[in-house]
Amino acid sequence: MNKVKSLADLKKMKDQLKSNISLREKSENPEGIVQVKVAMATCGIASGAKDVMDFMVTNLEKRNIDAIVTQTGCMGYCYAEPTIEVTLPGQDPVVYGFVDLKKADEIIEKYIKQGELVDGIIPVNYETIDKK
Amino acid sequence: MSKYKMHILVCGGTGCHASASNLLLENLKEQVAENELSGEVQVISTGCFGFCEKGPIVKVIPDNTFYTEVKPDDAADIVSEHAIKGRQVKRLLYKDPVKKEVVSDSKHMGFYKKQLRIALRNCGFINPENIDEYIAADGYAALGMVLTEMTPESATKEMIDSGLRGRGGGGFPTGVKWDIARKVKSDQKYVVCNADEGDPGAFMDRSILEGDPHSVIEAMAINGYCIGADKGLVYIRAEYPLAIDRLKIALNQARDYGLLGEDILGTGFSFDIEIRYGAGAFVCGEETALIHSMEGERGEPTFKPPFPAQSGYLGKPTNVNNVESFANVPVIYTKGAKWFASIGTEKSKGTKVFALAGKINNVGLIEVPMGTTLREVIFEIGGGIKDGKKFKAVQTGGPSGGCLTEKHLDTPIDFDNLIASGSMMGSGGMIVMDEDDCMVSVARFYLDFTVEESCGKCTPCRVGNKRLYELLDTISKGKGTHEDIDKLRNLSDVIKDTSLCGLGQTSPNPVLSTMDNFWDEYLAHVDDHRCPAGQCKELIHYEVVEENCVGCTACARNCPVNCISGERKEVHFIDQSLCIKCGACFEKCKFNAISVS
Repeated sequence: MNKVKSLADLKKMKDQLKSNISLREKSENPEGIVQVKVAMATCGIASGAKDVMDFMVTNLEKRNIDAIVTQTGCMGYCYAEPTIEVTLPGQDPVVYGFVDLKKADEIIEKYIKQGELVDGIIPVNYETIDKK
Repeated sequence: MSKYKMHILVCGGTGCHASASNLLLENLKEQVAENELSGEVQVISTGCFGFCEKGPIVKVIPDNTFYTEVKPDDAADIVSEHAIKGRQVKRLLYKDPVKKEVVSDSKHMGFYKKQLRIALRNCGFINPENIDEYIAADGYAALGMVLTEMTPESATKEMIDSGLRGRGGGGFPTGVKWDIARKVKSDQKYVVCNADEGDPGAFMDRSILEGDPHSVIEAMAINGYCIGADKGLVYIRAEYPLAIDRLKIALNQARDYGLLGEDILGTGFSFDIEIRYGAGAFVCGEETALIHSMEGERGEPTFKPPFPAQSGYLGKPTNVNNVESFANVPVIYTKGAKWFASIGTEKSKGTKVFALAGKINNVGLIEVPMGTTLREVIFEIGGGIKDGKKFKAVQTGGPSGGCLTEKHLDTPIDFDNLIASGSMMGSGGMIVMDEDDCMVSVARFYLDFTVEESCGKCTPCRVGNKRLYELLDTISKGKGTHEDIDKLRNLSDVIKDTSLCGLGQTSPNPVLSTMDNFWDEYLAHVDDHRCPAGQCKELIHYEVVEENCVGCTACARNCPVNCISGERKEVHFIDQSLCIKCGACFEKCKFNAISVS
């Protein structure tokens, strides 16, 4: 790994890395990569988020879907764990709650493959500082 | 790829379900099918929107139309007008209660501005184990800016101007604390992050360290630059293994990138961080006890002054801040102190993270601007009380705080208002209670906790709290007298006035606030030997209601001590001498044939 030697270095790095995140923010990636984020804080893991994460990683690969599965922190919906956020290319992110393996399978088959929403969406109820 | 042109989302949360949202869902599906739109319009049920007050909620995508208080009969209009003709059903749109204007798009509704994530900005957004994602989300930009463009003095001033107050509960202005440590002259200084989160039901700091550890690291480095320290320590409880793992990963990544260590960003400033583990003692959240624990001494507080800023870790000037306070720091520099000071109330700036727990529908982690009311937090963001029960009280501030009631619901939350209401901000645990909770038992629960956690150094706390607990125990058994209640109050006042540290000075708060707000309940226990909430085991008994009992045997089969007898299809009988009052029969009976009194 390269050291960040100066502030200019850091800024350059940020601009390069920004594209990874903006892909997550706006999802205007022409290649059509699906982004899946699994909330892996203590609350999520206790409710089985690890199994869901494993399932998503192995099954998306098995079913030939070009997707990035990452872990993230607590989204705040602890009552509905495990929660995952799915972003289809060019669309707003959708958060699903109470995701067990059966639900995960349904999300892959219906939402990711065909764009049909699946029962159990958790509506986002907060503002981020970027909007403020 | 999607064959659907429109999605109709119907809230399936508890609140909306109670107002017939399931029937509405069926009707919408029927209408869609009748109009032969099944291939184009998808009807779907979702989790709670959190806007239960105006339920049932229906949202139409892609145009983000937000309908409130939708009745099952409105399904026909939504489908025929909105889905077919593309016109919004005006009478179902949300009206802004202040401006009296119709708001059609959920993004412009005031409700969705109730939560604002500053400390939690990256939780649930970036991968906490990947420093690249943090950098891409503007991470370490604040550190870079402070190191290259600001002096320790101007950077500290920025902090003072922001108005940030300590999020661990005390509410001391963070910038002022930094300034005191900055001005003390010493060859060595330390920055300490207090991650010893110990209030029952609180998990804000854990979630931040699990979801965004780099923000804390960055803030500690900034703090180090401001006060002139090159060493930081994170004091974290060993019960947080995941938070520790992620913090370790983050520290290593920051070192690999040269964002920690010698000569950071070529500016000549050096800073590194070590982790110290706590054994989970509540008193070690107090800064002097925390420092002694890190030194390898007993985790006991000492008298202030000297403050840690003068003589802290190993006798050197030390600045201690809480995890959430640190998580706010980087944004204050990137967005500016003015921006931060524009959020919140006059004396409490910014936002506060709360861990919502107890008898509430949406248990979870929320972050609201200071000045939000308890009503908004509990009934709108939290989705109201579980099972449609009645709200009774909300406990804030953990074992040091108090219970707030119905009459406090419209009080804007900030440091000063909560203290004026007889509670305190605390670190942010918020436990909601309903009509089934007995306030004497609640006070006893917190005293039990304090007795367990008192370090034993000073007498008022060690002995006094034990006596408080015993008095409460006597009252909850129906054996208390008026003299006991008087003693409770007097003893509480003495403990508050004479204890050494914050633990003892605040431990009687749960007793005093429940006595102030629920005096009737104390009297019921003492005068009538009765527990109005039906919680105190010594004061209740279960009986079979003969006319309702059908003899299904469910109670007898579920009784753990076999004290219920009776033949099939005949009235059953509870042997009171054997009953342990576990309530299993009451829960299992489907015919309301068991009564509690």
